[in-house]
Amino acid sequence: MAAAKKEKELLLLDFWVSPFGQRCRIAMAEKGLEFEYREEDLGNKSDLLLRSNPVHRKIPVLLHAGRPVCESLVILQYLDDAFPDTPHLLPPANSSSGDADAAYARATARFWADYVDKKLYDCGSRLWRLKGEPQAAARREMVEILRTLEAELGYREFFGGGGGRLGFVDVALVPFTAWFYSYERCGGFSVEEVAPRLAAWARRCGRIDSVAKHLPSPEKVYDFVGVLKKKYGVE
Amino acid sequence: MVVGAEGGDELKLLGVWDSPYVNRVQVVLNLKGVSYEYVEEDLMDKSDLLLGSNPVHKKVPVLIHNGKPIAESRVILEYLEEAFAAGAGGSTGASVLPDDPYKRAVARFWAAYVDDKVGSPWYTILFAREREEKVEAAARAISALETIEAGAFRDRSSEGKTTNAASAPFFGGDSIGFVDVVLGSYLGWFRVIEKMIGVRIMDAARTPRLAAWAERFEAADAVRGVLPVDVDKLIDFLQAFLH
Repeated sequence: MAAAKKEKELLLLDFWVSPFGQRCRIAMAEKGLEFEYREEDLGNKSDLLLRSNPVHRKIPVLLHAGRPVCESLVILQYLDDAFPDTPHLLPPANSSSGDADAAYARATARFWADYVDKKLYDCGSRLWRLKGEPQAAARREMVEILRTLEAELGYREFFGGGGGRLGFVDVALVPFTAWFYSYERCGGFSVEEVAPRLAAWARRCGRIDSVAKHLPSPEKVYDFVGVLKKKYGVE
Repeated sequence: MVVGAEGGDELKLLGVWDSPYVNRVQVVLNLKGVSYEYVEEDLMDKSDLLLGSNPVHKKVPVLIHNGKPIAESRVILEYLEEAFAAGAGGSTGASVLPDDPYKRAVARFWAAYVDDKVGSPWYTILFAREREEKVEAAARAISALETIEAGAFRDRSSEGKTTNAASAPFFGGDSIGFVDVVLGSYLGWFRVIEKMIGVRIMDAARTPRLAAWAERFEAADAVRGVLPVDVDKLIDFLQAFLH
């Protein structure tokens, strides 16, 4: 009885190619949390999705014992807060008196995850949706974004969580690595050339179980971009 | 400008007086009773300190704590929450986020919603060239407030012992919380927008609970003196900035 209940405790409403959903899958895998994955048909959203996220009507939505949590970065922080005995995504806060150093490390992680949210998805969309000069502008912007992220990574193996483990920023960013190939094809540039250390980081992440299990192949993503382009009449 | 901070901490806030994103940080600093040095930036001539502290976005607010910069207003708020928890750095221990993980998630969700659905239109209203764009953006902001009135008010925390969620004065319950400071930071500009384009964004006829909340928020000690209230001064500042 207890095992069956546990299975139903975490339910993720998601869509296979969504990088925001993949963040949640990878986070739960890193934390060793069992969850039920439910694929939504975005053209025919389930009642459960619409009831759970009436404000945005978007995936991912995490239901924990029936209560919905929405917005991927909010979900990631919720997983840290609600499951404190699992591996942390954010560097742990000092619980006793608010250690400023720990708080600073957390603020840095939040800042960079926010940077990924603000910049990457939107610029990537412009890369495949636009042509001519606007597309070229998107490519220049994408190169700058990748280089900025690479500069933040520095010579570290991962952005956060020492000891070969993925941290908050890694989990926030890694799903977009499955889109690098599509960005390269649409934008006419090479991630390896413009940001080699970031490309190495992406390969390193790809060897981690939770990532390998939950990210689609770059080719599948590119096929999906092809479908989107057709749908939006982009040639 | 308040000089000096408690216990050897050096705290500096780079801002502009009329930015909602700066104001919300000031409110939380007030709530926590933490003293800091405020530095008014000229956005047309940004200081080396600002550009060096926030090279990625080059924007205010930036909080500099013992020489270490933190940028992005909601990131700063969470930092203050953690670095100035109960008693640390001479703070009052006032908290803007609830302890319960689910309630924290709800607060973060609504704060992100406010900046996305109220903040983006606010920006458009101020900086779009065509009046039509401004009016359309105002309609989107109003729609967002209606969603907040219906949704976030229902989601209000009830951390307090005596009040229940339905009658809690603030989104944070008995005391001002995360969603309060994020949404409240736009209130000064709503009056300006009404004068600029004749659209009332915060309207008691449309969102009565929010309108009452707005009055309570603006009357709070930590808020008075922070939000810009001189409508004409704001309009003049905006005109100067645009030209």
